[in-house]
Amino acid sequence: MALSRDQIAQRVAQELQDGYYVNLGIGIPTLVANFVPKGMEVMLQSENGLLGMGAFPTEEEVDADLINAGKQTVTMAKGASIFDSAESFAMIRGGHVDLTVLGAFEVDVNGNIASYMIPGKLIKGMGGAMDLVAGADNIIVTMTHASKHGDSKLLSNCTLPLTGKGCIKKVLTDLAFIEIKAGKFHLLERAPGVSVEEILKLTQGELIVNGDIPEMKFNQAD
Amino acid sequence: MSGFDKVVHSYEEAMAGLTDNMTIIAGGFGLCGIPENLISEIKHKGTRGLTLVSNNCGVDDFGLGLLLPDRQIRKIIASYVGENAEFERQMMSGELCVELTPQGTLAEKMRAGGAGIPAFYTATGVGTPVAEGKDERQFNGRDYILEESIVGDFAIVKAWKADRYGNLVFRKTARNFNPMAATAGKITVVEVEEIVEPGQLDPDEIHTPGIYVNRLIKSSFEKRIEQRTTRPAGE
Repeated sequence: MALSRDQIAQRVAQELQDGYYVNLGIGIPTLVANFVPKGMEVMLQSENGLLGMGAFPTEEEVDADLINAGKQTVTMAKGASIFDSAESFAMIRGGHVDLTVLGAFEVDVNGNIASYMIPGKLIKGMGGAMDLVAGADNIIVTMTHASKHGDSKLLSNCTLPLTGKGCIKKVLTDLAFIEIKAGKFHLLERAPGVSVEEILKLTQGELIVNGDIPEMKFNQAD
Repeated sequence: MSGFDKVVHSYEEAMAGLTDNMTIIAGGFGLCGIPENLISEIKHKGTRGLTLVSNNCGVDDFGLGLLLPDRQIRKIIASYVGENAEFERQMMSGELCVELTPQGTLAEKMRAGGAGIPAFYTATGVGTPVAEGKDERQFNGRDYILEESIVGDFAIVKAWKADRYGNLVFRKTARNFNPMAATAGKITVVEVEEIVEPGQLDPDEIHTPGIYVNRLIKSSFEKRIEQRTTRPAGE
């Protein structure tokens, strides 16, 4: 079975470490915040100028002056700090964020990522994504493995305009956890019940399958 | 106005001198911390051919989106421009020129512009459409592109509190691009919720010193929320 959006977030959350500063992109990455393991402290960075993003507010707590990068109303966690956009991107570009999780349309074997524009169709802009992929060392891309029509999003060459070049090393899809190195995809884990053959069939770029590929594990407690 | 007193009493006075084809740098992220009344004044004035530098372009009926129906904006430099149907129409038809700029690069363009730095190298955008036509150079084995800074004829800014000298305090994430915008205008106009006398703000709490501010006006704000997201009480 392909992973649900929540399960993708759950698997990403297993990569968190105590004391991490983390930037979560819009969509599935945002859900990762719901699966931070008990007893672990992570601080969420929102690039509009908040480090230490808290839960959504109650109706009484709603404050128009306090939003996240997705423009949703939020609260501040204990120990939060507020800063301007230049400071925010100094953190990001300076490599101070420990983990970045973001979505994409396409990723290729050379670690290129396309996530911000479909010419003629969708031109909304890159927001902070180009800064995040250029500035972070530890990035996880989350996306579906293939489009609804079955077209692979893991390619030998990205076809859409790039968000970043040679910067992606880890991809978690609804079918597989994949590492990118030396110009190839490497299969690390499979979604429970998904076969290596299914993954190979939906991976257009070269995929290395080395030995037995374990299934992803989800704790009941997660 | 006299001495360091930056306070003006009308929006007409606040935006005096703005003429067609000027460049305006605006603070705000989404609809948070936008100078909403200064934007309305620009709509009212009917100034056209403007270049707007702002992270976003408002929504159809609020914020910078208000300047679209009368085609007042010729060009916008922004990082993210979704959420606006008329914007998309004008962009697709070529009526509106859009220069998509990475958010961190945009913030740095304003910061550098205000600090007298004409350009800077960054890794952001290397190998992407953003790098086209820009100088590239290696430092310590890594590629960087040269980005030019931006100075506006006007900067329009929203702050929370100010003293009459134009020392500014921002509130929560309404700060965003506002402090950089404030430094990067030849004429910087700030609207605030409260104005106090000089000496009433603790110098340690001032985010933007009054030296950057030319005009200051007190107003009230709608503060529209784009994505009102809540959790049930008691959770």
